[in-house]
This record gives sequence, C-alpha cells and structure tokens, in this order.
Amino acid sequence: MNFAFSDDLQHVRTEARAFLKAHAAGSARRVLEAGNGFDSDLWARIGQLGWIGAAIPEAFGGSGLGDEGQCVLAEEIGASIAATPFASSAYLASQAILLFGNDAQKARWLPGLADGSVIGCVALGEGAGQPRADGISAVLRDGQITGTKQPVIDATVAHIAVVAAREGGEIVLAVVDLAQDAVTRSTLGTLDPSRDAATLIISKAASERLPGAAGFAAIEHLLDRAAIFFAFEQLGGAQTCLDMARDYALERQAFGRQIGSFQAIKHKLAEVYVAIELARSNAYYGAWALGADAPDLTSAAAAARVAATHAFELASAENIQTHGGMGFTWESDCHLYYRRAKHLSLVIGAAPYWKDRLIGFIEQRNAA
Amino acid sequence: MDFSDTSEEAAFRAEVVAFLDEYAPRKAGRLSDTEAIDAAYVQRARAWQARKAAAGFAGITWPRAWGGRGGTPMQQIIYGQEEAKYAVPRGVFEIGLGMCIPTLATYAAAETSALHVGPALRGEKIWCQLFSEPAAGSDVAGLRTRAVRDGDDWVVNGQKIWTSGAHFSDFGLLLVRTDPDVPKHAGLSMLFLDMKSPGVEVRRIKQISGTSNFNEVFFTDVRIPDSQRLGGEGAGWKVALTTLMHERLAIGTLGGPDFPEILELARTVQVNGTPAIQNAAVRERLADWYVQSKGLEYTKLRTITALSRGHMPGPESSIFKVVSARKLQEIAQFALDLMDGAGLVTDPDLAPMRGMFQQALLYAPGGRIAGGTDEILRNIIAERVLGLPGDIRVDRDRPFRQ
Repeated sequence: MNFAFSDDLQHVRTEARAFLKAHAAGSARRVLEAGNGFDSDLWARIGQLGWIGAAIPEAFGGSGLGDEGQCVLAEEIGASIAATPFASSAYLASQAILLFGNDAQKARWLPGLADGSVIGCVALGEGAGQPRADGISAVLRDGQITGTKQPVIDATVAHIAVVAAREGGEIVLAVVDLAQDAVTRSTLGTLDPSRDAATLIISKAASERLPGAAGFAAIEHLLDRAAIFFAFEQLGGAQTCLDMARDYALERQAFGRQIGSFQAIKHKLAEVYVAIELARSNAYYGAWALGADAPDLTSAAAAARVAATHAFELASAENIQTHGGMGFTWESDCHLYYRRAKHLSLVIGAAPYWKDRLIGFIEQRNAA
Repeated sequence: MDFSDTSEEAAFRAEVVAFLDEYAPRKAGRLSDTEAIDAAYVQRARAWQARKAAAGFAGITWPRAWGGRGGTPMQQIIYGQEEAKYAVPRGVFEIGLGMCIPTLATYAAAETSALHVGPALRGEKIWCQLFSEPAAGSDVAGLRTRAVRDGDDWVVNGQKIWTSGAHFSDFGLLLVRTDPDVPKHAGLSMLFLDMKSPGVEVRRIKQISGTSNFNEVFFTDVRIPDSQRLGGEGAGWKVALTTLMHERLAIGTLGGPDFPEILELARTVQVNGTPAIQNAAVRERLADWYVQSKGLEYTKLRTITALSRGHMPGPESSIFKVVSARKLQEIAQFALDLMDGAGLVTDPDLAPMRGMFQQALLYAPGGRIAGGTDEILRNIIAERVLGLPGDIRVDRDRPFRQ
C-alpha cells in the first residue's frame, strides 16, 4: 500500500512551495488590478523550471515529472493563486495535443508549450450551458474553422487554441494559431479578473485537426483528465483559505478572547477541514487513476472535481466570514480566493454537470 | 502510488484468508445484517475468539509477552479487511481487547496482568468500560461515582451509563472519583472489578430503535481491593486518556446503508413515474454521498499508508465518524422520502430492502453521539488538528466539590 506521492515528488512540492512564496506573492492582485491578463515574469520562470511541461514527456521538451508531478504542482499553484495560464496551457491544450495529436503535431507544439514560450488554451463552449455535443456549432471545412467561442479562458494571452468544431456532423478538435487575421479576440469582464477570458470570433481561420480526437467522447476524456489537475489546484486554494482563516482566528480578539476559541468558529473551520480532507483523498485517487489510466477514471475524476469544487467554495466563503468586515474589503486577499474558487468551479463544467456525469457513468457501467 | 501489498503483506494476507476460509462462512450479500447480541451470540463470539487466539490472529499487534503475535499495525489492518468479508460474530470483544486490556497491561503489576490478559485474549473473559455517567458524558472528567478508602478496599457508590456489553461482561474498567476536594481531573482514579461483585446491578437501556446495546450500571457499597487500582491515586485521568487513545486507533466507519444501498433503492423506487435514479435532484444527492463515501475510503488508505511508514493515526481520524454518522442519517431520511408515504412502513416484508432504511433512521442518531458527539469531534479537529484554543473551562481549576 503506497497511497501517497513519492519522496521525489514531495521534494518537488517543497521546492515549489518555497519558490512560489518568494515569487508569486501578490501575483493575483497585481494582475487583477492592472488587468493585464497574466503574470508574464512568473510564467517565464515556471517555464524555465519545467513546471509547465511536467506532464509532457522529455522527448517533446517536457520535464517528464508525469501526471502525478503535474498534480503536485497544480496544488501548489492553486495554493498561491498565481495569475498564470497554467491550467489552460498544461491541463488542457498540452493534454489535448498529447492525447490526440500526431507525432509531427506533438513535435511542433509541445516543446513551446512545455517551456512556456507558447501559451495554449482550449475553446469548447459557445455561450451558456454545460459541456455538451449539441452546444458545439463551430464548423471545420476545408481545413478552416468558423464560429464564435465564449468564454475562452486565457484566449487573449494565448498563442494557440485547441478548438472544438464540427466536420461533417462529427465533433473534432483542431489547433488554431491565434495570431491570424481570421481570429478576433475581445477580452471579457469576469468574476476573477486575475485570470484572462475572451470571446473568440473565428472566421475561416486556418487550423490543423488533431487526428486522434473523434467525437464528443474525446472531449469528455480530455475533461476527465483535466478535472483531476483542476481538483488539485482547487485543493491547494482551499487549504490556503483554511490556513488564512485559522491564523486570523488566532490573532483576532473579540469579547476579550481569541475568536478561534469560540465553538461557532471552531466548528465552522472543522467543517472546512473535513471538506478539504475528503477533497484531498478523492484527488489522490484521481492522481492514481490518471497514472494507471484506470477503467474508473471518469468516476475518479468526477468525484475529485465535485469534492474539490465544494471544498474551495466553502473554504473561500468561510474565510471571508471568519475575517468579518475586514474580509469584505478590497485590500484583504480573501476576495482573491473567493473569486478564484468560483472561476475554477465554472471553467470545465460546474458541480451539477460533474455530479450528473458521475451517476451517469456508474449507471452505464452497471448496465454493461 | 499503488495499492498492492508488499510480499510480506501478501504472504500474511494469504495466511489470514486460508484461516478464515477454513473456519468461517463468507458473507452472503453485501448488506450488513443487524443481529441482536443475545446470550447465544455471545457464546458464538467466545468460540470464534478462542479460535482466532489459537491461530495467532487475536492480539496481532500485542507484544509476545502478553500472548500476542508481536505483529505490525499493517497486519492488524489486513486481518480486519479480510475478516470483514466473513460472517463472524463481532461487537463483543472490541472494547475489552481494544481498550481495557491494553490499559490494564500498561498499568497493572506483571502478575495481575498475566492473570487477565490471556483469558481476555482467548475469549474466556469479556471486559467493558465504565466511564460515562448520567451527568458526565462529553465532560467525562466531571463524573461523580465516588470511591472511599476503607482499609485495603475502595467502597464504590454511584452510577455509570452507556456501558456497552455490561450485561455479558465479566470485568469492567471503572473510573471513579477518589478525591472531591481537588479540581475535577485531579481527583479521579482507575479501578477494575469483577462485574459479579456484590452491589453491582446492570440494567438494559432500551434505545429509540427498540434494541438494547447499552446499559446502566449501579454501584451500591461495592468493595474493590486497592490492588485493582491502575495508576496512582488521583492519576485516573491520565490512565483514562491511555484507554481513549486506543479507541482512536480503531478507525472505523459505521455500518448500515451507504452509497451502494441508496443507489440500489433509487433504481427501484419511482419518482413521477420514472425510476428515481433518472431524477436530477436524486442524482445530485447520490453524487454527494458517493464523494463522501469514497473520500472516507481513500482517507483510510492514506492513514494505512502513513501507518505502514510508522506514523500512528492522530486526532485527524475524527473525520471518519463525523462524516459517516451524519451521512448515514441523511441517507436514511432521503431513502424514506423516496418511498414517500410507504416510507412509514417498517414491516420487512413490505418495506423496500427489508426495511433497512427505516431501521437506519432510528439507529443513526446514536452514531452521532456514541464515542464522541459530532460537536466534541469538531472540537478535537479544531483544537488538536488546526491548533485553535481550547474552550474556556470555568471549572478546571476549582475543587470538584464546588
């Protein structure tokens, strides 16, 4: 029985935590207030460190830390809420090319994605609603894509997008270089301005189909894998919120004593702790399922996603509550986590989508 | 990450399975049976315990000096995982062997210990734990059962409550107040006694579920020799903490319906003319319980991993009961809602799945109280895991008498 990350990855974690403490402090606030999309200095540094290419094999320029390595880094980045397109580029765009690209495409795109010189994003949705096949109406014809995608996370700052479209009737994925006249990007106002999002208007843009992606099932598989990395990022954020709330509860005095000595606060934070530990354990199982390409990857991913979404939403809300009025001010960092929690909840299907997917998968397996 | 056994663990597991296959039937279904613990059951439990002891599977982690196997916590876990697949009598020896005897063996003189450990291990003698009182539940150090010194004996008067198995126990571990003139924690001492001593009266408590797992125990001028004191006079609280620490190692979740059972029900019961499982609201609730259930299962694997590396489980283990007890109650409530009006019916021939959800509704409240209430467990998490301050205790430094 070895249900824990290896000593090597624990070492990676320790180094990452120290690095982010030194270099990512204030990152989210700076980007949020400047509205400049992402922290480009930090991005360049974590590219050099090999973090962005953690799950990319060394043959394609990655650092070969593997899926579990990417989970550990996602958790630490989540804890710091660094303002980078890490999720879009690493969990989604790189994964799509790794899973569905041919060798030439991998050789062309992955080294740049791994070192951060290329930023990738994924454009699936076209407005309101859950990730569904019938929500995709962009068209791929004669190698050109036409359609409007919104919201696309990191689309303003990205160099390439992996776009979902229909070719004939079939759902496909294709890489679109965003620096072409056929693509218009307009940045969107969102709940979490420390993260970039835009509308992509694509009009007969040159594209390159990823041959391995056939049908909506390919997108679901991509989302299953991404959900586990996102879960680790959410888990990291949730833990930071609990730590912030605990520290404040020890420091703040009311009615002549530390507010952390009141059961109303203690029990609230104990509940947050419980939610985080359930999320951590489900995320760990997800990390194992990724590495093992387990037959229950879908339920592992859905459970990790649901638990982590709940944990970060709860922890970020109760962190503000524990801080009282101070937590509601712009100057407090509490709202940065509260915003990021909801941002992460919504980017690849919200909790209701994943809960339905979870039960649907269990029922499908039962019927088989 | 991997979930496989080491070669030593695999060899031990094979040994365990061979033993269980030879002497015990496998459980028929995955549904747990709720068998009443009556005299015949206790008899079967004694026989099974004797067989386990003879084969070296009782007291797996106990030192050989106590008659144990001298094995590892991992071996204990492996045995528990495998035994859970067989229909064997449980619920009779856990408190004695898990809590009382380790306390006795830690504090008693060698010859006293030798007298009691073997018979308990072989199932010949059953032990119970007499700590809680009507006015001392969560605040057990506030107990009032009084022991007064008379020559070489203590004379005990008072009442204990919630004592599991007192009605079939041979011995009891008894926490008493020997000095009411000092603050409450300082005036306690630990004794053990023969439950057949004159002046001991055991009365069954009928629970809201109609069954009786607990007892009240009354003490009227019960004489207990001072040689049966464990630890110093006034050191009873420290001894009790040893006992309760052993309780923590028994990381377990409650029995009863869980995700697979509510899923099975949702497939068969209809909501608006279609199976409940197709209803979005039902799916959402079920998903939450799946996540909690798997979260606990995987948390246990993390604990086992830590254990296999030599770390003992700490206060973070409170999570198991605090989550599973509430989940059980919620599942029972929701299951009956799915049955609507028919949910009232407890007759096992009429109620879906032989009335297991109706039964669960009635025993679930006990799970949220026994062995540390939800509130006490949250205090433990807040104070000992998160490091928040303890409650202000107005009576901590005041003589108990006041």
